[in-house]
Amino acid sequence: MNKLANKTYTYYFLLPAGIVYFVFFLLPTIMSLFFSMTWWTLTDWEFIGLENFKTFLSEPSLNIGFKNTLIYAVLTSGLKVILGLLLGVYLSSKLKTVGFIRSMIFFPTLLSTIAVGIAFTMMMHPSQGIINIVLQGLGIAGPDWLGDTDIALLSVALVDVWKGVGMATVIFIAGIMSIPQDYYEALKIDGGNAWHNFKSIIIPLSRPAMNTVIILSFIGGLRSFDLIWTMTKGGPGFSTDLIASIIYKQYQAGFFGLSTAGNVILFILVSALAFPLYSYLNKKEVDL
Amino acid sequence: MSKVVLGDLETKPIINRKNKTKIGKKLWNIFIESFGVVATLAIFGIPFYFVIINAFKNTQESSLLNMNWPSSFHLMENIQEVITARDGMIIRAFFNSVMITGLSIILLIVLGAAAGYVLQRKVTKVTPFFNFLILAGLIIPPAVVPTIWVLQEIGLFKTLPGIVLIEVALNLPFTIILYRGFMVTIPRSLDEMALIDGCGRFRLFFNIILPLLKPVSATVIVLTAVSVYNDFVNPLYFFPGAENATLQLTLYNFMSMYITKWNLLFTNVLLISIPPLILFIIFNKKIVAGMTAGSVK
Repeated sequence: MNKLANKTYTYYFLLPAGIVYFVFFLLPTIMSLFFSMTWWTLTDWEFIGLENFKTFLSEPSLNIGFKNTLIYAVLTSGLKVILGLLLGVYLSSKLKTVGFIRSMIFFPTLLSTIAVGIAFTMMMHPSQGIINIVLQGLGIAGPDWLGDTDIALLSVALVDVWKGVGMATVIFIAGIMSIPQDYYEALKIDGGNAWHNFKSIIIPLSRPAMNTVIILSFIGGLRSFDLIWTMTKGGPGFSTDLIASIIYKQYQAGFFGLSTAGNVILFILVSALAFPLYSYLNKKEVDL
Repeated sequence: MSKVVLGDLETKPIINRKNKTKIGKKLWNIFIESFGVVATLAIFGIPFYFVIINAFKNTQESSLLNMNWPSSFHLMENIQEVITARDGMIIRAFFNSVMITGLSIILLIVLGAAAGYVLQRKVTKVTPFFNFLILAGLIIPPAVVPTIWVLQEIGLFKTLPGIVLIEVALNLPFTIILYRGFMVTIPRSLDEMALIDGCGRFRLFFNIILPLLKPVSATVIVLTAVSVYNDFVNPLYFFPGAENATLQLTLYNFMSMYITKWNLLFTNVLLISIPPLILFIIFNKKIVAGMTAGSVK
């Protein structure tokens, strides 16, 4: 059967997918390594070595992207993991309203980021936005959410969490639901309470779900562009510029080599963080 | 079953075991539920309500950005104005978005199913290499300007086939993972029987395997529809120009155009959110199942 199988399952079936993947994803990625070291106008290029990278790392308006991208990725993925886990536990219960709450929380995942960004930009308006009007009613002076350089990045990150926490939650629910009943029963016999359940059963046994949420949201956070571009365009000043938004700005300005260097930097940053994180989390999973 | 136990546990730390009467437990449950519902409505309901109610208003009332009930309803006028803006740009954008989404789905199903099928059935020395490519496709951010360069070289920049192929390339890795995962549930003995009956390898795939993959194909349709329809970055880079606008790009452009007419902006937001809402109502479970597929072993 082996010979027959070899003939039947031919790698020719991979060819169409492979060609599309190679031409439209892999080839540009490989070319980016070269073009990031050039002064480039799309029709003409001149090799300038590591000049673009030096510019990227020394120019304050460009290297602020590193700090912001890392803050943004850590903040959004951290909040999604914590809130997703708590909501997952809450929504795995027998409460009657679970279906309604789950649907409400999950629906924003399917909405367009642009639409969500526009709605929240309006709601975060410093004087007229409902968020600040509600806060005013409570006697709190609301900040200028998107106009204050200290908190603008945080504001956008919170909107990102609002939109994405539904995804994290359903992954956690799936993970918690797959835990066999016997564990809870055993713990009950040993006199464990809800906290023991959470700490000794739910946390360790929903580990695969947690790893998925960490990886998905962390990579998503590092690559994030849509929301920041809709809400602040990197402003005020450069205070909310992410690497992805800087790539777009340099592209718009016609600095194609510099823009590509930004791409390579993002590529290195994402790979340097995501691949080790992936194998570390997978190893931990096996140890359990 | 798991629901029952977890529900019980939530009540335990607060209520003293001795006093844990049935009434107390019921009251506690009601409290927990109402708290959950109120919090959800406040955090998730208000933004929806805010957008919807402002889409009903006239320009003057919407400029206040509040959540008051409109004094008169203008939804139909607003819709009409949004649709006719810039010579019916939104209609063209809708057509483009539907074409891009539809074509991407068809290609992803055929290419993804074929690849997932062979990758699951045939395990060789190069399999780890393919796995690495799939992982790389999920992790690595696409290189923007070099992709434009490639598209220009083959004459597909600013064209519908160009943006479709980009969407297919970027969505392929996850699609292949879905198909490869589902292939495990289709027994090899089925292939063998078909082969013994004289079925060729192409007929085996197209007539026997592909129909059996229907459940995954349904998931791929829904997930691709959501991700391609909502995509903003790729059309922004690879499908620019007024003629080419997609719905997301139109919405983005209207943001600066309607800087003083927020009722129209909200109407646009509302219109663009209708297709995902319909998908959500019909395929709620399918979407959740697809998005969490493979994440929990």
